[in-house]
Amino acid sequence: MSEKTTFTSHRGLELREDLIFEIGARDRSGVDLAPLRGVRDRLGGITREVVDLPGLAEPEVMRHYVRLSQKNHAIDMGLYPLGSCTMKHNPRLNEKMARLPGFADIHPLQPASTVQGALRLMDELAHWLKTLTGMPEVALSPKAGAHGELCGMMAIRAAIKARGEIQRRMRVLVPESAHGTNPATAALLGFSVDEIPASDDGRVDLEAFRDKLGDDVAAIMLTNPNTCGLFERDIIAIADAVHEAGGYFYCDGANFNAIVGRVRPGDLGIDAMHINLHKTFSTPHGGGGPGAGPTVLSERLAAFAPLPRVVAGKSGLELVEHGDQTEGGPFGRMVAFHGQMGMFVRALAYMMSHGADGLRQVADDAVLNANYILAELNGTMTAPYLGPCMHEALFDDAFLKDTGIETLDFAKAMIDEGYHPMTMYFPLVVHGAMLIEPTETESKASLDLFIATLRDLVASAKAGDTERFTTAPQLAPTKRLDETRAARQLVLRYRSTEKKQVRAAE
Amino acid sequence: MSAVKFTKDHEWVSLDGDTATVGITAYAQEQLGDVVFVEMPEAGKTVSQGDEAGVVESVKAASEVYAPVSGEVVEANPELEDNPALVNQDPLAGGWFFRLRLSNAGELDGLMDEAAYKAYIEELD
Amino acid sequence: MRYLPLNDADRATMLERIGVENIDALFCDVPAEARLDGPVDLPIHKSEMQVERDMHAMASQNMPAGSAPFFCGAGAYRHHVPATVDHIIQRSEFLTSYTPYQPEITQGTLQYLFEFQSQVAELTGMEVANASMYDGSTAAGEAVLMAHRVTRRNHAVVSGRVHPQYVDVIANLSDMGGFGLTHVPPTIQGAEDLLSSVDENTACVVVQNPDFFGSVNDYTELAEAVHARGALLIVVVTESVSLGVLKTPGTMGADIVVGEGQSLGNGLNFGGPYVGLFAAREKFLRQMPGRLCGETVDADGKRGFVLTLSTREQHIRRDKATSNICTNSGLCSLAFTAHLSLLGGNGLQHLARLNHEQAVDLAGRLGAIDGVKPINETFFNEFTIELPQPADMVVEALAVRGVLGGVPVSRLIPDGGFENYLLVAATETCAPEDMAAYGAALKEVLS
Ligand SMILES: Cc1ncc(COP(=O)(O)O)c(C=O)c1O
Repeated sequence: MSEKTTFTSHRGLELREDLIFEIGARDRSGVDLAPLRGVRDRLGGITREVVDLPGLAEPEVMRHYVRLSQKNHAIDMGLYPLGSCTMKHNPRLNEKMARLPGFADIHPLQPASTVQGALRLMDELAHWLKTLTGMPEVALSPKAGAHGELCGMMAIRAAIKARGEIQRRMRVLVPESAHGTNPATAALLGFSVDEIPASDDGRVDLEAFRDKLGDDVAAIMLTNPNTCGLFERDIIAIADAVHEAGGYFYCDGANFNAIVGRVRPGDLGIDAMHINLHKTFSTPHGGGGPGAGPTVLSERLAAFAPLPRVVAGKSGLELVEHGDQTEGGPFGRMVAFHGQMGMFVRALAYMMSHGADGLRQVADDAVLNANYILAELNGTMTAPYLGPCMHEALFDDAFLKDTGIETLDFAKAMIDEGYHPMTMYFPLVVHGAMLIEPTETESKASLDLFIATLRDLVASAKAGDTERFTTAPQLAPTKRLDETRAARQLVLRYRSTEKKQVRAAE
Repeated sequence: MSAVKFTKDHEWVSLDGDTATVGITAYAQEQLGDVVFVEMPEAGKTVSQGDEAGVVESVKAASEVYAPVSGEVVEANPELEDNPALVNQDPLAGGWFFRLRLSNAGELDGLMDEAAYKAYIEELD
Repeated sequence: MRYLPLNDADRATMLERIGVENIDALFCDVPAEARLDGPVDLPIHKSEMQVERDMHAMASQNMPAGSAPFFCGAGAYRHHVPATVDHIIQRSEFLTSYTPYQPEITQGTLQYLFEFQSQVAELTGMEVANASMYDGSTAAGEAVLMAHRVTRRNHAVVSGRVHPQYVDVIANLSDMGGFGLTHVPPTIQGAEDLLSSVDENTACVVVQNPDFFGSVNDYTELAEAVHARGALLIVVVTESVSLGVLKTPGTMGADIVVGEGQSLGNGLNFGGPYVGLFAAREKFLRQMPGRLCGETVDADGKRGFVLTLSTREQHIRRDKATSNICTNSGLCSLAFTAHLSLLGGNGLQHLARLNHEQAVDLAGRLGAIDGVKPINETFFNEFTIELPQPADMVVEALAVRGVLGGVPVSRLIPDGGFENYLLVAATETCAPEDMAAYGAALKEVLS
């Protein structure tokens, strides 16, 4: 590979970009502000001297961030098959709607009479979510999937407390394959986490699960479709068993995209489930948020739903923001204000665009695309479980045995081919896991090229071309980064002394 | 120093008088990868066999270090704070974690000797 | 359907390759009794034009801040966001990527996170800051949990002048986590006795600056006293522009600073999405929640950035993680950092002073109206006034006159005897004629 060096360190269209601290200056600015009038201040002398932060003129800011943006992979550029994350197309209509002043420029504490449209939108979104899940109640305020888990588990904890069983019911059953947020959420609420082993077919081992039930079990937290991309066949039996034992059924709904319009969680015996609007309902992932995690609740838990709630009042819709602190009512508040309104608008625009018919087609195409990948690649790669799968296809690293190449290397080689790698090393129940989620917004041509690329990579691996993997990526904005160094010699912020030191060393 | 003993959780312990030195095995550090942080018990803390006594972390994993025997912590390896890489470079000597004043020497008999540990890890692979 | 590229021919070919008859066969694992055999009872798909029409209909039932003289605050502030910011956050490469799990192809995100962390640390006067939380209120809740971990104590003391909804979030999280909490009853001004509630179980004392009622405080002495009792001081900042002019919480001796970053780069959005700021002293780093971005080098020795110290996080540490947070506020932190890069240090300071001058101006105008009593001795861009009538009714009456006049304290504290108090905020977005219109309308309502 040509390692032509340049005077500027730019490489054609690939432009090197320094930190704002190295470009800007404290006394420079890209904003024109009205002059100060010099009134006598009322700050009580509790002031600071300087704010030591760089400013940049507008063209500099534009260039800085545009250059940075060009070092990112994104859905808009190509396939982003990150399993469990549902990286589907993000329609721009949604962005446009979220920016309507009637939604974007309203204050959360304006009088209800001035935000009737916003309350109607929340009410409408709630109606769609309840109908699609077959559940009677939804808490809109959780800010992401993990926050929705917290909401659901708080409702469960409140319900157990109201039953007077909080002293004894403090164990939560979580499959080994669960996402890390599940055990972390349970632990935040003081529950102990008890792992349920998986069976050979990648699902909950029903017998092992039944053995773990007892009158100290608060809940099971189960992902469905699960993190191996499989539908939990015994889900109704699982629900019945946990209910019989006096516990609740929390379902991690991160993978709702696979079944939306095909099956309603409410018909499966689920008591609480979060929905990642940033997965199933296409709100953009934004480099890691913001998301939204509305949480649907069953009849058993509905009364415990947190504040605020939108209700119909005498003169239109109202927000209930306070509750009496009696047991059996709302468990409290998850956030200041009312949740991720900007995400609600986007998600509802998406739902309305698809409609009941289109959403069902979403699930169908997502599942079809994943099964196509599974069918075309199994044999070339190794799938630990038999299909059909749901919205994502899981492979392990058995096919790399004796090649000297690991999952990580394989993933990095995909980068050189222009792909964002799949989710790696998750779920933990599979050795060297590679979890591929194409989503329904990929065309067949796109999938075919992806499949051909992976076949080519596997052929290279088997032919002993280890360099293609172990030295990858070669064609990305950076080579492989030294994560050990980052952790051993922590540099978590820019310090001006650093600049001086580097200069001195030059 | 007497013979080194091993646990199923991949700690080693060696005895000098009634002081036991504890670390993690070469196999354990290899499984973890580059060690970036070690959290150790404070001197004076008493631990029982099998208690969580510390944590060792690589970039992608964290694993608990359990007390292989009961006793009172007399010292933690001061060098690991600034140089956790010692655990990778020299796991059985310079990369030791902490020292205990042993409260029950009999517990050592329940641990594996080198040959038994070798056989044990071969089985794991 | 415009978002779905497959056509029926594709579907048929693919089903054949998979080796099944029809799509239903792929759902064979779904219990038969739960399968839906047709669409649920919701409207069918709509064109882009139709959706736009429906959305406009809903949006038009709201009264946007920009359409009226506007003076609401109480934890969400209307500032002018430069057009450049919205362009930057709509770049495909930022908008449609995810958490930078693969650093080699997400250096754009990682570098701005590093810049964001650096800015937040400098603004708050702290040593380290993370890559964002959901919002200020959840950051406050997490800060209290962190104080419990750091001190191994189990009780928190929260000032009566912390935003009441933040207090609710903290209280809920503490209660559910099995921790105790003393919430000092809210008072608008005068000395607040926090220390008498502090004992050997107290992990932290939580205060806000400027406080909920708008007053500016110096917590230096409080910090010393709290430290002397072995507890931590947590300072909450709900108006991040104030950090441009006020003494930093770090200088005062805070151990953890949490804030709402909405004021920079982010619109009101009816309460979300916003961006939580979280900063702390370096010695508590390993107990921090959330993601951290660190500097390193690549295989060629070139500078680059990665997520680091991940062993604190749920995906590695599971039930022993410092928090369950995963997705945070990525794009809102980009808006924050881009806006702040445009402003620069001096620019932010100027903006903060400008906000203050606006508020001083407004306080003077409103204070001149018969029956209106300004309460605060000090304030930044928001203050409390006492009215001769219940504030919620006054606010409704003002809204009828086309003025969004502030937030009644009783909306947030319904039973504290605060019926007649109104929180009023003024930012750089208030034009002189807005203030004049407010004064005239208030005079009319009160007469
Ligand atoms: C299975 C599963 N559960 C929970 C989560 C957490 O969701 P969020 O990142 O929105 O908090 C995720 C995604 O990150 C997930 O994949």
